[in-house]
Amino acid sequence: MSAALLDIDHVSKRFVKRPSLGERIAGLLGAGRKTEIVRAVSDVSLTVRKGEVVGLVGESGCGKSTLGRIIAGIYAPSDGKVLFGNAPVAKEQGRRTEKLTTQVQMVHQDPFASLNPRMRIGDTVAEGPVTHNIVKARDADAYVADMLGRVGLDPSYRRRFPHQFSGGQRQRIAIARALAMKPDLLVLDEPVASLDVSIQAQVLNLFMDLRQDLDLTAIFISHDLGVVRHVSDRVAIMYLGRIVELAPTAELYAAPNHPYTKALFESVPRVGVGRKDFRPIAGEIPSPLHPPNGCHFHPRCPLAGPRCKREAPALSAIGPGRASACHLNGGGTD
Amino acid sequence: MSDAILRVNNLQTQFQTRNGVLKAVDGVSFEVGRGRILGLVGESGSGKSVTGYSILGLIEAPGEVAGGEVLLKGQDLTRLKGEAMRRVRGAQIAMVFQDPMMTLNPVLKIGTQMIAAVRAHDKVSRKVAWGRARDALAKVGIPSPEERLDAYPHQLSGGMRQRVAIAIALLHSPAVIIADEPTTALDVSIQGQILAEVRRLADETGTAFVWVTHDLAVVSSLADDICVMYAGRVVETGAAADVIASPRHPYTAGLLASVPAEHEPGERLPQVPGSTPSLADLPPGCAFAPRCFKAGPACTTTPPVQTFADGRSALCHYPIEPVSCQPLSSTSTTYRSAS
Repeated sequence: MSAALLDIDHVSKRFVKRPSLGERIAGLLGAGRKTEIVRAVSDVSLTVRKGEVVGLVGESGCGKSTLGRIIAGIYAPSDGKVLFGNAPVAKEQGRRTEKLTTQVQMVHQDPFASLNPRMRIGDTVAEGPVTHNIVKARDADAYVADMLGRVGLDPSYRRRFPHQFSGGQRQRIAIARALAMKPDLLVLDEPVASLDVSIQAQVLNLFMDLRQDLDLTAIFISHDLGVVRHVSDRVAIMYLGRIVELAPTAELYAAPNHPYTKALFESVPRVGVGRKDFRPIAGEIPSPLHPPNGCHFHPRCPLAGPRCKREAPALSAIGPGRASACHLNGGGTD
Repeated sequence: MSDAILRVNNLQTQFQTRNGVLKAVDGVSFEVGRGRILGLVGESGSGKSVTGYSILGLIEAPGEVAGGEVLLKGQDLTRLKGEAMRRVRGAQIAMVFQDPMMTLNPVLKIGTQMIAAVRAHDKVSRKVAWGRARDALAKVGIPSPEERLDAYPHQLSGGMRQRVAIAIALLHSPAVIIADEPTTALDVSIQGQILAEVRRLADETGTAFVWVTHDLAVVSSLADDICVMYAGRVVETGAAADVIASPRHPYTAGLLASVPAEHEPGERLPQVPGSTPSLADLPPGCAFAPRCFKAGPACTTTPPVQTFADGRSALCHYPIEPVSCQPLSSTSTTYRSAS
């Protein structure tokens, strides 16, 4: 087992909803002012070892993208700290968040939004490494050609603009841009969600090849359980801002522990199992503005008891390398 | 199947552009029977959504339905114009869109909109219409429907809004509902709930569904029949379980093989090379030929529809031999070794 590359230590992120103009006027006139707080991520701890791919899975509002952005240094955590090789990835500078390392890079979900439409893709890929002196400006052209080749694009394409590429090709460009910074850790936020199935396979293969060639460490965020199973060594399942289960991929898929994980697996349609009796999870995903007390999953959980309403279960070890946040694993639900 | 409620014959939908005529739908044929769910599967640009819109007469200039028939209980919808089509649309055949906010007016209460939808086709009192709206909401599994009728769309979650959209489609007990990627924007657990409701509705009310989607897993667990589209044409049809277990068209096989869940973790995924061609620049003959591992000399000519004994068909010169009693993974091996 190699050393921890990334250490996420009791990290929380709160977003405060700023009052609108009307509400501020009402506040000045003496109306009670309420600030709404979204706890997008609460008290998450996770260590990632060098060379490992950790999958973050969850439904909307579970905080997986926020956690990804905290890891990438786009947001600074409200509480706790994120250490990358023993140094923080970002710090709060007044209202701005300053990113402190170029070793962590991010690939965003939508390659139509993440590339500047008015920049030639060669310039897009070269901008970061030239700015940060990873490569000299006069060598940038060859460097970009090498990066494009690495992600399976013809280097002669570097004079083209993003609109001349398909979705799959654009995602390759976005990956090339991240790799050009020579990162030690890559955060991929739903990198294949907007791609067609046949193109998805191409990008996943590319990711697996790059991982092997460059010994990449990565956080792979997705809502697609099949995709995450395919590329991750460990998987963290998130629900309403908390990690509810963390396990090596094979063990998690063979025997999920947390009732939410189990329910999620059951409600996923699968190819080739034939017409299926759906046993969907009852109820809605609660709003992160007003999460339920105690265990966030208790209103939808078939096994919930009185204790689940009172007390939030801690994420605790249930086996070697496995952890789950459920009262059923210790002390019961009464 | 002779008891088809909806039969689409050789449908042609074209768009006039500066670069010439684009055949977005080029000779599509399929049929759906009472209480059955047809999965219309394809990737972006395959023409699956345009097919759905064409059936309901929702194609506007520069597009037009240039040929073929859409027979709803024997009546050809492509010949209906204006008011006559309006009377059919919503009453006998309805549509559910990907984004429920395309169906719902954000500034009107759910109840107001549903009552208007009832009274668009039936001259009944507001009170009767309100009752029917409430029953429709209950039918799609919405808890406390009276309260929801009094809510605005923004007060409901995405899953609830999509249920409301389905309830509106159900108001006049249409024979057919066309659903265009209705669960794509929803979370897995909510998608599961909707799929369960739709399956139950089809079985209990006899409503036929045409479920337009790119998601093979959804089709595999929901649909009775499958129709796979590529570049405006139907390339394969058949019973869902058969097509999934043993695809005959190389494109279907390629799609199925590239689903990660069907492979050992970390294994290299068989991929269909290249990308979907632009409709403006289709290769001659079979549009899939440049990406196909089985392509041969004949593929520069338009492939024939080959019909097989089990009622399936494929648009291909060199269809894949059927696999009998073997799991899906073996068909993907065929694809991999040959590519």
